[in-house]
Amino acid sequence: MTAAVGIRGVTKRFGTDVTAVDDVSLDIVDGEFFSLLGPSGCGKTTMLRMIAGLEFPTEGSIQIFGEELALKPPNKRPVNTVFQSYALFPHMTVEKNVAFGLEMRKVPKAEISEKVATAIKAVHMDGMENRKPKQLSGGQQQRVALARALINRPKVLLLDEPLGALDLKLRQAMQIELKDIQAEVGITFIYVTHDQEEALTMSNRIGVMEAGKLLQVGTPEEIYERPVNRFVAEFIGETNFINGTAVEDDRVRLADGFVVHAISDAPPETDVTLTLRPEKVQIHTRDATDIPPERNQLPATITRQLYYGESLYYEIEIPGGELLDARLENIPSLRRWDVGTEVTISFHREAAEALTS
Amino acid sequence: MTMLDDHPSDEASPELEKKAERAESWRGFFTALPTYVYLIVFFVLPLIIITVISFTERSRTGKPVLGEWTLEWWIKLGDPLVRTVGFRSVWLAFLNTAFSLLLGYPFAYWIATRKSAIMRNLLLVLVLIPFWSNFLVRTYAWRTLLDSNGLITNVGEWTGLWGKMLFTEPAVFLGLLYGYLPFMVLPLYAAIEHLDWNLVEAARDLYAGAWKAFRKVTLPLSMPGIIAGSILVFIPSLGAYVTPDLLGGAKTTLLGNYIVTQFKSGRNWPFGATLSVTILALMMVATIIYFRRGGKTL
Repeated sequence: MTAAVGIRGVTKRFGTDVTAVDDVSLDIVDGEFFSLLGPSGCGKTTMLRMIAGLEFPTEGSIQIFGEELALKPPNKRPVNTVFQSYALFPHMTVEKNVAFGLEMRKVPKAEISEKVATAIKAVHMDGMENRKPKQLSGGQQQRVALARALINRPKVLLLDEPLGALDLKLRQAMQIELKDIQAEVGITFIYVTHDQEEALTMSNRIGVMEAGKLLQVGTPEEIYERPVNRFVAEFIGETNFINGTAVEDDRVRLADGFVVHAISDAPPETDVTLTLRPEKVQIHTRDATDIPPERNQLPATITRQLYYGESLYYEIEIPGGELLDARLENIPSLRRWDVGTEVTISFHREAAEALTS
Repeated sequence: MTMLDDHPSDEASPELEKKAERAESWRGFFTALPTYVYLIVFFVLPLIIITVISFTERSRTGKPVLGEWTLEWWIKLGDPLVRTVGFRSVWLAFLNTAFSLLLGYPFAYWIATRKSAIMRNLLLVLVLIPFWSNFLVRTYAWRTLLDSNGLITNVGEWTGLWGKMLFTEPAVFLGLLYGYLPFMVLPLYAAIEHLDWNLVEAARDLYAGAWKAFRKVTLPLSMPGIIAGSILVFIPSLGAYVTPDLLGGAKTTLLGNYIVTQFKSGRNWPFGATLSVTILALMMVATIIYFRRGGKTL
């Protein structure tokens, strides 16, 4: 099957010393909601702009449904973009903005007005056809930008942090709406964001980028549960890092000779970093005997308690002096621990992963 | 009362607020006072004076005779000679504005789209450099270029395309274009430089080719600059004096020179005043159109 978007060895250099995108290869499946996730300056927007044709790759190939278009101008590509700042034409009404793409493609007038009316209705902007972008709220501008892109039925829709400028409540509502629209139109969405939560909740798959490189591609679950390196583990969600040394049989030796089981590919005697999510740590009394055998155990001391409402955070000191966070859901039966209490912590042997980089 | 309770932070009473507002407006008035006085004494009063003079009879030496009123000078505006001078002035001013725009837009666009800020500023300084030397001197330089054996004349004769242009309408046109082009470039530059290039990219993304994107987005959004530049070129071109005086001959009199003639050799102050008031009125109309047509968006 041909990929909706096939990216092969794409590199983008600005001048001689800035490499914005560094040898990225990636296949995006038809109908997929794919997110490019990374901190600002990681190259995700540049990657998106190269798919749109607003930037041309220095090297590599970009294909859409098998058609090579790395060097085609943007107006000759079957893709449309929802820009971060919406980029609505300020001198045109909502109606004119939405009609722009069809007019440029010389679609008959009657067909345009019919399609524009439908598109405006689809994003619940009917009744505001004659307003100028300035007279709309951020959320409304967002909807118009979406309608203006989707009306052209692109093969791929590119979205550059489209919800970045909205406040939290509206952003959450728009996330759901975007998901629904995508399911309805069945168009491949490529979504650029620096918000890991947004990427996790909305995407079929996520590509994590850093410093121009594509570090990991996978489902939200794969990215969260099995990060490939420290950067991915730390960027997506919260995590604890524990230094150790790999030993045979998927085990890791920690400070003071404690050995725990973990998911590990590392050859014996290499330095590794264990990543362990705070919510996967449990706290028991020091002399607890009911801890299941598939869970690792470590003696520890409570050093801090933070109350977050829906959860409680405990900062715990483990052998070797390293500090871990444990997040416990605030359920009625939750046992509280005083600072200074000596406890035993446990985590499942598949909850910790040994990273070599 | 309940309203006030809802906004405990709004503690200032309406009374106090009004007082503060009044004090603020007085402060503003005193700041502007020197300028007001200056403009009234040296602009508004003379304006009233020339308007009054335009309705007086003239003495044998050409000076106005206060107390003897006439509409003669306003009727004289319809004379064929006056009309010819007027039309010629408007035509040249229009031509100058059109060519300034045609030459200035690509140039301003080019400057505004240079990536390096140093480069942009350098190019802008180049536009302004001519202002560092006297306008009269520069116009005399044109005389040398356009006179027989001048560089431009030689090139024209060598190619067989034109001859000596000095003291003709084309000479005045070239002089005006040279003199006022920077006034077109600067506001155009400001407008294009402020343009949100995301919008052009959005147009390209929505299937517009480079030229379509320019016509549909760049050009309409740089309209404030086009209007401002056109006003800044048209108005002084219409009243130009030095350029037509030095580069034009007797056959290319423009309104500016015609007015000066009335006050000097023509010995007709009242008619000179009438012409001045007329130009002023024309310019005011142009300015009002400008503000109506999007000057507000500047």
